[in-house]
Amino acid sequence: MLILECPCCGVMADETELAPGGEAHLKRYGPGSSDEDFEGYLFHRANPKGVHFERWRHANGCGKWFLAARCTNTLEVFATYSAQTPEPPQHVIDAIRAKRPDWSIEA
Amino acid sequence: MSDVSALIGAVAEGRTRVEEAGLAGMITLRGDLSSSKLVAAVTGLAGVEMPGQREIKAGDDKAIAWMSRDELLIMVPHEEADGAVATLSAALAGEHATVANVSDARALFRVEGPHAREVLAKLVPVDLHPESFRAGEMRRTRMAQVPAAIWQSGEDQFSVICFRSVAQYVFDLLALSAKDGSEVGYF
Ligand SMILES: [Zn+2]
Repeated sequence: MLILECPCCGVMADETELAPGGEAHLKRYGPGSSDEDFEGYLFHRANPKGVHFERWRHANGCGKWFLAARCTNTLEVFATYSAQTPEPPQHVIDAIRAKRPDWSIEA
Repeated sequence: MSDVSALIGAVAEGRTRVEEAGLAGMITLRGDLSSSKLVAAVTGLAGVEMPGQREIKAGDDKAIAWMSRDELLIMVPHEEADGAVATLSAALAGEHATVANVSDARALFRVEGPHAREVLAKLVPVDLHPESFRAGEMRRTRMAQVPAAIWQSGEDQFSVICFRSVAQYVFDLLALSAKDGSEVGYF
């Protein structure tokens, strides 16, 4: 069972209180972008075995979106953080590196 | 507004009693909760302090509950709900805020008795241990298959709010969970 701390209301939320929103930090391409960019925005996902950034919504709770950094392999949760950020903040990167010294964000 | 509550005061008797609490006035207010104008309007109306994160502040017949960082639920006597919406709307003129009378969209239940805490613990993914979940906390969660908000409203009493459309479902859940002989005695 996955448990994530909602940074909006502070609850340690059981997975069944949450709704998954897929990969986080996607750059949105809309009207006027190239077909390749639009296709990538719609369909291409990193889908890593390892560190992953995800969107979650505390659907049966405060209702807010937030982001989570976790490992798809071990199910460790490194951090949850505000959805109002275009890239992982430094404290989240530090929390990941503390457990995955070899990890880099480009990987 | 509706003249009758969702289940017209349905009751499931037992050592722990479940009751649909009848008509209740409920107002959803969304806006900037740090605004002094908003805080003054809400606390002035309800006569209780402003709740912090996940708190509920209850007085004799009114209460304010923190529902999210931009949302409050204000509870008032049913007949005062329309007036309270008008008062709040006037007080918040010019603020980026919305005030809605949601009384008819909700149902309210009371679960009271020696195993009331346990009745809820069987139904929600929340740590309801007395040291984790105390009076004064408003907890929005999922009760079996539907959203619900719960708080401790008395020594042996908990209150539950759900959507009116699922009132019968929630009543049945609570009644089954409270059934005499089904006590676990964990707490
Ligand atoms: Zn939350």
